[in-house]
Amino acid sequence: MAITTMAKAIAQAMAEEMERDSRIVVWGEEVAAAGGTYGATQGLQEKFGPTRVLDTPISEGVIVGAAVGAAMNGLRPIAEIMGINFAFLAMDQIINHAAKVRSMFGGQFECPIVIRTTSGGGRQLGATHSQTVEHLFAHFPGLLVVAPSTPGDAKGLLKAAIRSDDPVMFVEHATMYSDKGEAPEDVNYVLPIGKSDVKRSGKDVTIVTYSKMVSISLRAAQQLSAEGIECEIIDLRWLRPLDLEPVYESFKKTNRAVIVEEGYATYGLSAEIATRIYAECFDYLDAPIERVSQKEVPLPYSGPLEKYALPKVEDVIAGVKRVL
Amino acid sequence: MAEIVPMPKLGFDMTEGTLVRKAKQAGEAVAKGEILADIETDKATIEVEAYVGGVVTAWLVTEGQPVPIGTPMVVIAAPGETVDLTALGVSAGGVAKPSAPVPQATVSEATEATPAPSPTAPAPNAPASPIARKMAAEAGANLGLIPGTGPGGRITKKDVEAYLKATPAKPAAPVASVSVPSPVQREAAPRSAVDDTVVPLTKLRQIIARRMTESTTTTPQFYVTSEIDMGAAMDLRKQINALLPESGKVSVNDLIVKATGLALRQFPNLNATFAGDKVIHQGQVNVGVAVSVPGGLLTVVVKDSDQKALPHIAVEVKAMAGRARAGKVLASDIEGSTFSTSNLGMFDVANFIAIINPPEAAILATGAVREVAVIKNGAIIPAMRMSVTCSADHRVTDGAEVAQFLQAVKKNLEEPLRLML
Repeated sequence: MAITTMAKAIAQAMAEEMERDSRIVVWGEEVAAAGGTYGATQGLQEKFGPTRVLDTPISEGVIVGAAVGAAMNGLRPIAEIMGINFAFLAMDQIINHAAKVRSMFGGQFECPIVIRTTSGGGRQLGATHSQTVEHLFAHFPGLLVVAPSTPGDAKGLLKAAIRSDDPVMFVEHATMYSDKGEAPEDVNYVLPIGKSDVKRSGKDVTIVTYSKMVSISLRAAQQLSAEGIECEIIDLRWLRPLDLEPVYESFKKTNRAVIVEEGYATYGLSAEIATRIYAECFDYLDAPIERVSQKEVPLPYSGPLEKYALPKVEDVIAGVKRVL
Repeated sequence: MAEIVPMPKLGFDMTEGTLVRKAKQAGEAVAKGEILADIETDKATIEVEAYVGGVVTAWLVTEGQPVPIGTPMVVIAAPGETVDLTALGVSAGGVAKPSAPVPQATVSEATEATPAPSPTAPAPNAPASPIARKMAAEAGANLGLIPGTGPGGRITKKDVEAYLKATPAKPAAPVASVSVPSPVQREAAPRSAVDDTVVPLTKLRQIIARRMTESTTTTPQFYVTSEIDMGAAMDLRKQINALLPESGKVSVNDLIVKATGLALRQFPNLNATFAGDKVIHQGQVNVGVAVSVPGGLLTVVVKDSDQKALPHIAVEVKAMAGRARAGKVLASDIEGSTFSTSNLGMFDVANFIAIINPPEAAILATGAVREVAVIKNGAIIPAMRMSVTCSADHRVTDGAEVAQFLQAVKKNLEEPLRLML
């Protein structure tokens, strides 16, 4: 397997799929000539031409709305929204249209679109440009949400998203584009939809997380291992459909869980997962489930304050110790 | 206002206690300071006084059944007060009968002295995690017997695991059949049941078995023996005792306690406890004295042995040993020992080796003072000699230090005026 970056793995996945299926088109702000704000569409226009890879006006409603319409008419668009914060402008198109097309038209139409977007804080972009809100989109049936934690996963999961006949929000972490990792070169490397992945085995505590928090949790687990505490880390990959079977299996072994999410805990992803663990594994609980998440403030612009507000390795370690 | 009196903590390392006698029955009045109950701890049976006066409303624990310290034990209310136990968050115990009669085993000695705890009924108010409850239920263990170490005393998986490890598996609660043999029966059956007598372990015997096994299996112990010329000490003892009343005579053992106490002050590393990554030198020198009691032995403790005068030590040891033999030992009699001594001199034992009393770092075993022939300046002369053997924890100390410690003990006894300073 070749070592590549997250951005290149994403570009590779799209190129491979576009090669395979001429119905796939890519559009968004600066995705064509410029190759994407983060370089994730680099080289696509050169390879597939301006009719399949095109720039749009700065209008998220148009980007998603046009994708929905094109999909209903037979194309398979990959629409890029530069940041998930701007997806709020396309909320009606995403929630009321993309997510509802299949069921509201009684199966006469499908909506095979991928909305690629970036999420997450840590770049001092201020409160409105640093949010981690992908779980909001996972609230709605009809819309699939996936967020990779490694370049290899990004490639396999994006290909799965592109091949899905249902709309998928593909959420990349804004600080992970240059992360390096192995990505299979096999054009048929497609990861399954709705399957989570055990990223580390351990017997003492189950950590449930996804996206960037996987690497933060892995670092915490490494430090905890030196103290004799072994964490099992489960990368959800998909926020919808949510696959918690490996979580239950792990929890029945460890009896303790920490859920790590970059977003806010209140009404967040961790609440959903904790509830399901409580229901499914009640007789296996040895301690209340802990949550590690962002401080409940609009994310500060100041570097030190932003760092303080986002979940860190030390926060995960402290969370693990609270359940032990 | 009704007061819930919990199972008291009667000793530093006490984790559970057993109500063995209710001095006041439900409905009886009790005055503050009156004896309320006899509580059996790991070490002894202790009379517990009521710390509030009133009327005993309800006993919440069953006689003979150990419960963790802090478990609600008895409710004492004001005279005439109506008490709603449910509102207090407790339920009456001691009257509940198991739904199925406990079968009498054919070998009556094999039945346990204490009633079998009901495996399905956790103690009231014992917080336990769901997995702990599940594991205890599956193992047939009573949660009420398991000390909780989690937040707020919650019983966690770890606690159940530790408990099950320390407690041999018991058969599940008998249902209706009397054919379920107890483990003792199973073991005894193939052997000649005619001649064998099965002696169930008393609580004290169980404690000794557990602690001595712990000591020999977890402590690397080594032994150093020395011989002490007791001539001068015996003479001095005779002189002192001529001045003391019969009830206050100083024994050879009292001399040893004092001599050891003084020597320990010089060797703090032997007045110590091994604690994983550190050794704790105890600030007080409290010499324990092993006392033989029916069915086992107890160690009574002379606090500040290095500072007390010999007659003081003599009176204290006599009183504590008397209480120990009568089964009326006080919690304070057996608490806080930092170094133990064991003396078999009265049985004319020349020397022997004792096992360290955890968590102490060493123990001194002394034999009889014997009149023996020794060679001094080329001539054979009679002398009074006593052999002492110190068992020590090699994690804490080494042979040279123990040898020097014994030299100090020896010096204190061979120049016995040191004991009077």
